[in-house]
Amino acid sequence: MPVIEVSNLSKQFKDVLAVDNLSFSVGEGDVYGFLGQNGAGKSTNIRMLLTLVKPTSGHIHIFSKDIAKERHEILQQTGAIIEKPDLYKYLSAFDNLSIFARLSGLKLPRHDIMEKLEAVGLSARSESKVKTFSQGMKQRLGIAVALVHNPRLVILDEPANGLDPQGIADIRGLILKLREQGKTVVISSHLLSEIEQVATRMIIIHKGKKIIEGSVTELLDPSETIVRIQTTDNTYARQKINSSEFSGLLQDDLDEIRLKMNKTEVPLLAQKLSGWGVGILSIQPRHSLEDYFISLTNNESHAELVKN
Amino acid sequence: MLSLLRIEIYKISRRPRTYIAFIAITAIVGIFQFAFKADGQSYMNLMLQSVPENFEIDLSKTINGYFMCYIILNTLLIQVPILIALIAGDAISGEANMGTLRLLLTKPVSRTGVILTKFAASVIFTILLLVWMAFMALFVSLLLFGAEDMLIFRVRGDESQIMQIASDDILWRYFAAFGYAAVALTVIAALAMLLSVFAENSIGPIIATVCIVIVCTIISNINVPIIDKNIKPWLFTSYLVGWKGFFYIATTDDGETIKGSLENWPAIRNSLSILLAHVIILVGITVAVFNKKDILS
Repeated sequence: MPVIEVSNLSKQFKDVLAVDNLSFSVGEGDVYGFLGQNGAGKSTNIRMLLTLVKPTSGHIHIFSKDIAKERHEILQQTGAIIEKPDLYKYLSAFDNLSIFARLSGLKLPRHDIMEKLEAVGLSARSESKVKTFSQGMKQRLGIAVALVHNPRLVILDEPANGLDPQGIADIRGLILKLREQGKTVVISSHLLSEIEQVATRMIIIHKGKKIIEGSVTELLDPSETIVRIQTTDNTYARQKINSSEFSGLLQDDLDEIRLKMNKTEVPLLAQKLSGWGVGILSIQPRHSLEDYFISLTNNESHAELVKN
Repeated sequence: MLSLLRIEIYKISRRPRTYIAFIAITAIVGIFQFAFKADGQSYMNLMLQSVPENFEIDLSKTINGYFMCYIILNTLLIQVPILIALIAGDAISGEANMGTLRLLLTKPVSRTGVILTKFAASVIFTILLLVWMAFMALFVSLLLFGAEDMLIFRVRGDESQIMQIASDDILWRYFAAFGYAAVALTVIAALAMLLSVFAENSIGPIIATVCIVIVCTIISNINVPIIDKNIKPWLFTSYLVGWKGFFYIATTDDGETIKGSLENWPAIRNSLSILLAHVIILVGITVAVFNKKDILS
């Protein structure tokens, strides 16, 4: 039984169709990545899952309950961070966590709240006002707020926005930890690399429409890897590859050498090139989906072509 | 719901801007009291210019605690809506601006519950502000100026009128007047909260509330028959100073005041009903709008 089941969901904002007849489902224990360029409709979708935005049409069922009818029961088991974690800046970390615990239906004793602050490394600053916190500290407190009631479903909308590399790594670590605990996570991002590292399933949306959906292993099949090679002498390198077992994988390109191959064979290719005396400047394996996604992001006309 | 209300009150109590209103009232009332203590007689001479010479008034007892409170309320209750708007106008828009509104609404709380508790918290703030005003304007004035019979100067059409209320017949009138003022100011809180739902920063609804109050007050004071008949009866500002009705005392045919009486209780009751109807309508619209609103902040 899926945790989230969305069918024929649409949202119209005046003259903008933000989400267009979208259907997808998220299974128990999935880390489900929502991928799309800025303005693709990811946040609108996420906000509809959290009842912040009302759908124009379509249905959302979470935990087999209709969100329009059983919102309260659903949100009791759901935690969320929407973009940056905005909290009450004039209140302390302790007060913020205590308030949101109460709003989640919990009346936690002081030591429980301190334990939860300890878990995100903020117990020493429990009485400090949030306005004195760094972005990373706010993010950690936001995580504590989202998870204070031990939810079954965690929804994260662009959680890495505005974070430094350490903050991004912390978020990644959190998602992997939630995955280990068997929680269902929905995460949206405009970065494939971010989704790729944590998600088990993903959906790519563009202009509110579903482009592709599937498991990450399916969509990021290693045999679909495009390897870009730059050498000191591309003509010689191309000649040597053409006369080797890699010849069938070579793609026509005048400026660079590109091979569509299994990612696992990249070390062997590098070894061969080296053996042929080719001076390697760089080898960049990139999944074809990434190229596809970047083309959506950068090339509107291409995106239109794909849709049609 | 009660837990939500407790949280709202706690949040309001921890915001520094909440105390601006209390500080402002303390300062204004203090200045009034100081000025009257220092030179109240000049004010009284000015007020009594139009009183016929054969009308005997014991000036030494005219400036007393009850009279001071009346003068202060007359001036201050017109400005208090601005202070109420500071809190109620920030209720939703302030949270939208901080980004906490979306976090709040991802928790298992109903939107109607959020509005009603925020409104209730604003009403509690309004009542506390009035209690503070009562303490400062009435009880501190009584301590400073003592308790005597109170003179009320009233303008009715073209004629001025002076009424005297016995000192043992005043206190209940003040309690009733503060109660009335609480209802009147609740309309302002409800209006500010409605405007707050449409905005994503606090300044807009606060300024809009003050502007609406000013415009409606001006309309309420325009003496044109067509406005008197068709518009004024429906404007809440026409009833904001209705608390004065508790100090208009009924008289016998001989012109003697009747202790414990009110000149026109039905008019006060009617004013209260209209103000309460405004509160219900404004809160109802706020709930309806907020329940349909997409939270995009």
